[in-house]
Amino acid sequence: MEHVAEPLQQAGFSKVILELEVNNHAGVMSHICGLFARRAFNMEGILCMPIGDSGRSRIWLLVFEDQRLEQMIRQLEKLVDVVAVARHGADHAVFERLEEFFR
Amino acid sequence: MSQMTGAQLIVRLLERQGVRTIAGVPGGAILPLYDALSGSELIHHVLARHEQGAGFIAQGMSRISGRPEVCFASSGPGATNLVTAIADAKLDSIPMVAITGQVPLSMIGTDAFQEVDIYGMSIPITKHNFLVRHVSELPTVIPEAFRIAMSGRPGPVLVDIPKDVQTAVIDVEDLPEPARPAAAAVIDLGAVEIAAKMINEAEQPVLYLGGGVVHSGAAHQAVTLAEQGGLPTTMTLMALGAMPTDHPLSIGMLGMHGARYTNFVLQEADLLICVGARFDDRAIGKTAEFCPKAKIIHIDIDPSELHKIKTAHVAIAGDVATVLDALLPRVKVMLRKRWLSHVEGLRSRFPLQMPDRENPRSHYGLIHAVAEALDDDAVITTDVGQHQMWVAQAYPFRRSRQWLTSGGLGTMGFGMPVAIGAALADRERTVVCFSGDGSLQMNIQELGTLADENLNVKIVLMNNNSLGLVYQQQKLFYGKRTYASKYARHTDFIRIAEGFGIPAMDLDAHEDPRAALAEALNAPGPCLIHASIDREEFVYPMVAPGAANTEMIGG
Ligand SMILES: Cc1ncc(C[n+]2csc(CCOP(=O)(O)OP(=O)(O)O)c2C)c(N)n1
Repeated sequence: MEHVAEPLQQAGFSKVILELEVNNHAGVMSHICGLFARRAFNMEGILCMPIGDSGRSRIWLLVFEDQRLEQMIRQLEKLVDVVAVARHGADHAVFERLEEFFR
Repeated sequence: MSQMTGAQLIVRLLERQGVRTIAGVPGGAILPLYDALSGSELIHHVLARHEQGAGFIAQGMSRISGRPEVCFASSGPGATNLVTAIADAKLDSIPMVAITGQVPLSMIGTDAFQEVDIYGMSIPITKHNFLVRHVSELPTVIPEAFRIAMSGRPGPVLVDIPKDVQTAVIDVEDLPEPARPAAAAVIDLGAVEIAAKMINEAEQPVLYLGGGVVHSGAAHQAVTLAEQGGLPTTMTLMALGAMPTDHPLSIGMLGMHGARYTNFVLQEADLLICVGARFDDRAIGKTAEFCPKAKIIHIDIDPSELHKIKTAHVAIAGDVATVLDALLPRVKVMLRKRWLSHVEGLRSRFPLQMPDRENPRSHYGLIHAVAEALDDDAVITTDVGQHQMWVAQAYPFRRSRQWLTSGGLGTMGFGMPVAIGAALADRERTVVCFSGDGSLQMNIQELGTLADENLNVKIVLMNNNSLGLVYQQQKLFYGKRTYASKYARHTDFIRIAEGFGIPAMDLDAHEDPRAALAEALNAPGPCLIHASIDREEFVYPMVAPGAANTEMIGG
């Protein structure tokens, strides 16, 4: 019955990767980023590309695991343009391969 | 196949959606839509004096009908003026579709005259929003806006439509079907089973009803659940009326201005059954100390509300009415004599104090006198402040949608335009708006709209010539340093009302205020009833902001 709504310090928590499938149109990014910014939930990395010509895009988010993550995922799932949200461990290859571009 | 403009198409789609009244204010970027609307024989346009008024008029209609209602505003300042009414709808989960004109597509992003990014601005205050970039999107976007507004947890949707999209011509083969609410998710019957078991086994359960019960039309099921399970029932500000105030199981409103006994009963609960409520801070006080002994069952249509503030032992995502329908046959009939008599004991030891309630010149007395002059069909709206809390405490609400108030956003200026909307939704009903002199001045221009529409709206102005609730907080929590909360001059509200063409009367001047009040309330058409209220009258009891609900001051 703990209070889960209080902002927490994020340092020291492990990283999580979220994979989002979204409708591909201008505006989706601001809906998603707004959720994180408002709650000062740090987004470490973000990657977005269209999926073929399906009208959908895939967004990869690298975030810190903290107590509010479940709530963040539920908020994401509530967005009309977010079709699916999946959660992966930090060992997922997607950001690792990118690291060489950020040296 | 027929050819029409985007604007004509929008009007057709709104008509087919069943929209019959639209409130708004025109301007350059939405004139094509207004021109098309002038050709509609089905839709009545209500010309508000300010777009915030239009937004609240639409809300008033929605809060009565339960359907998404519509407001129009032009680009730039028209759109920004809507923002408060939209945010208010978001926080109280009111379905609404706001349509704004936008500068032509080619000029977007150029700081064109009256261009603002209302799409960007409204992201965090809408359930969803659209910027229409081609006329061919209209047949999907307009029904989709309604579907989103009314599906699941209701909310406001904004559709921003550039002027050239409104004037573009489109060939329409078949018009899309009007939107209907999406089917709610299937509920977890296993969880319902566990919840029933917990209710059956609890010793000291409390039922906690929120606005979701009203939205879902589940008041009947909620009252039946309470009666079957012998559950004392508290309501949030948003749920007042879901269970009649005078029902023996009602323990009234909880929270910051709830009665002492209500908060004490919650303190002792061993099971809290939260139905369509969201553990708002004004309702639960200090989170860690709310219902410290209770297990929690939380039922809500919005999965993101579950475990948000309090971790629930059983969380059921689903439409409240559907879940209660499934729960009812599993809940045993219980008398719970011991618990209920304990609750009665607390009620008689720590009741809501309403001093001077027989005197119609006092705040509680005035509210009671209004209630006595009306029947349960009347709709009550309020503004925000002391008067709002006094009405919430004292008015005998007996049905859902009888009570319309700004709960989540607490917006001064809400009461009168929402009363206009409520009266537009049902012209037969009497609608009473309890207001304060501070709040009334936040949308006082809508008296003009009220006069135009000649609606059955009575404004009961509880005038303490101050921002009473602020004055109270300064007196109680800021070392009595009252600052910026008293008005220097007295405003003559009677003359203002009359200037707008609204009959007005001063209750202070009447020998028999009770009779004068009843006469004014029961005469057809609009009226402003002015009553002076002592500035030193405060709302009690009161939980200090941030304190636990059991630490109440006064009352
Ligand atoms: C738009 C807006 N601005 C400011 C506030 C803060 N506020 C809350 S109550 C209040 C005073 C309300 O005064 P009045 O309408 O006269 O009601 P009273 O408390 O005197 O009954 C104020 C300024 C608010 N709720 N809404």
